[in-house]
Amino acid sequence: MTTLLSVSDLRLSFGGLLAIDGLTFSVNEAEVVSVIGPNGAGKTSAFNCVTGFYRPTAGQIMLRGRSLRGLRPSAVAALGVARTFQNLRLFGELSVLDNVRAGAHLWLRQNVLDALLHTPRYRRSERECTEQAHHWLDFVGLRGDRYGEARHLPYGEQRRVEIARALARRPDLLLLDEPAAGLNHGEKTELLDLIRRIQALGVAIVLIEHDMGLVMEVSERVVVLNFGKEIADGRPEDVRRDPAVIEAYLGSDTHA
Amino acid sequence: MTGVPDTTPEGAPEDTVRSTAADTAESTDGSATAGVARAAAPNEATGETANEAPGPARKTAEVRRRGAGRPPTRASRLLQNRWAGLAGLLLALLAPFVDATPYALSVMTSAAIFVMLAAGLNIVVGYCGLLDLGYVAFFAVGAYTSGVLATRLDLPLVATVPVVIVVTVVAGVVIGAPTLRLRSDYLAIVTLGFGEIIRITANNLDVTGGPSGIYGIPGLAGSPVAFYYLTVVVVALAVLGAARLGRSRIGRAWRFVREDEDAAEAMGVHTYRVKLAAYIAGAVWGGLAGVLFAAHLSAISPGSFTFLQSALVLMAVVLGGMGSVPGVVIGAIVISILPEILRDLADYRFFLFGVLLIAVMLLRPQGLWPARSKEVP
Repeated sequence: MTTLLSVSDLRLSFGGLLAIDGLTFSVNEAEVVSVIGPNGAGKTSAFNCVTGFYRPTAGQIMLRGRSLRGLRPSAVAALGVARTFQNLRLFGELSVLDNVRAGAHLWLRQNVLDALLHTPRYRRSERECTEQAHHWLDFVGLRGDRYGEARHLPYGEQRRVEIARALARRPDLLLLDEPAAGLNHGEKTELLDLIRRIQALGVAIVLIEHDMGLVMEVSERVVVLNFGKEIADGRPEDVRRDPAVIEAYLGSDTHA
Repeated sequence: MTGVPDTTPEGAPEDTVRSTAADTAESTDGSATAGVARAAAPNEATGETANEAPGPARKTAEVRRRGAGRPPTRASRLLQNRWAGLAGLLLALLAPFVDATPYALSVMTSAAIFVMLAAGLNIVVGYCGLLDLGYVAFFAVGAYTSGVLATRLDLPLVATVPVVIVVTVVAGVVIGAPTLRLRSDYLAIVTLGFGEIIRITANNLDVTGGPSGIYGIPGLAGSPVAFYYLTVVVVALAVLGAARLGRSRIGRAWRFVREDEDAAEAMGVHTYRVKLAAYIAGAVWGGLAGVLFAAHLSAISPGSFTFLQSALVLMAVVLGGMGSVPGVVIGAIVISILPEILRDLADYRFFLFGVLLIAVMLLRPQGLWPARSKEVP
């Protein structure tokens, strides 16, 4: 297996606070890696460093041998990384389809002149864009209205739209930040299935998640963070037996 | 919120439950992204499309996923496609047959130019969500560039258009590049400053004629009627162009930026470049409107490019419905024609103008013809 993403000795400090203190992990192609840890452990900060929203203080972030450090988020996205946000960040007042079309932004080949003159190229790219949007909404199994505003969808459906939007980017690496938060049991089961189907497309997934059932079920490897430090990295069954992890994170609730 | 937004076709069965939730109604009424919708009656839009169906809507969820079995009705088709635009254009073309006095033609020409300004500012404020309080700067740059070139070099006005486009693009970059890194309030203040800088510069330079401005700018057409028609055609193309940009890749990117800059970035939208593109497009629209303005009045002076003018254009955009092309066209016509209609009231004219604007914003805070994000399958 080839390495897709490798993060080495990543450090991030806000003033005097060390949010990430020497994080090293890697993700292979089409692999599901979970990043877990108590609240404030630096999981989302690590995501933000990888996707260019934060500038790390030190360390390396390489995607297929290319450094992502110092790139703006749109440039990181252009290299094949898509993400969702911990708190839903849909374009609430736009239609559901338009939200997913955002994911296709990088794939559209049309310029301003095409748009002004409605050239065949414009029509073709608009049609393909809409087809793509429908395709990914089908893929995530959206049941709600696609034509109305995204903010009117129920919460669980909005989560699906956000994943569809990221998938429409057709990324090699997908970062999911707590995708199960706020979902009910049935929706979590569907999410599990969805993650497996995304993986089957050949997409590598990094997952931040608090739901241990989901993490243990879906991940090939688990990275555990605590206070910005990595305390474990291994197969789920090994990580759950790791005394350091049990002490720091799982606590007494080993069967969670 | 009391209901899911309705997707039942307009003129649906009587049993559709009407919801009173203002915020959901907001999303459903109003329509049309197409073309030039001059003077189309806005209340038609609300009457036709304000249906709400919280209950039955759910039942048909599966069906309406792909919009199967819900062909757009004639009413909705009329509102969403280009017919409204063509009807508006037709109205504008027929108007001189109703009243072709020099006064009426002058008012209508000014209104058309104002429509173009509103369509341009709508790209910046409506689509991209960048509050620009100095938009008149580009109007001034366009008018002065063509005016100075035409009078000093004895060029026909048409010949100055390419130069105007280049100069306004440069002006857009010069004003936009440093300011677009700022967010909301700061951007508004800085654009306000630039608007004033341009006016005061024109007031103090010799080449722009100082406070008295430039006289004897050649016209673009032989007669006021011909010029009116030329203006209508140019403005219609500008409005159509703005609408088409709004429905393209860049237009969607503008809306993504308006809705959530971080999420847009995460999807690969270079937000800074996209904002600059909106600013440049707005600048070119404003500059070309400036050429028409110079040709229309044949004289320009700094007094025409005050902050009040920026505020009025912004008001047209907000009044009509930010981001809605038919909305801003109607808004611009209302803002430019209303003071003329109220002329008989003499001293009370602008008092009543203000009262009417406040009344409209209280009764229809989303604008006369709001932008519609709902899609017709």
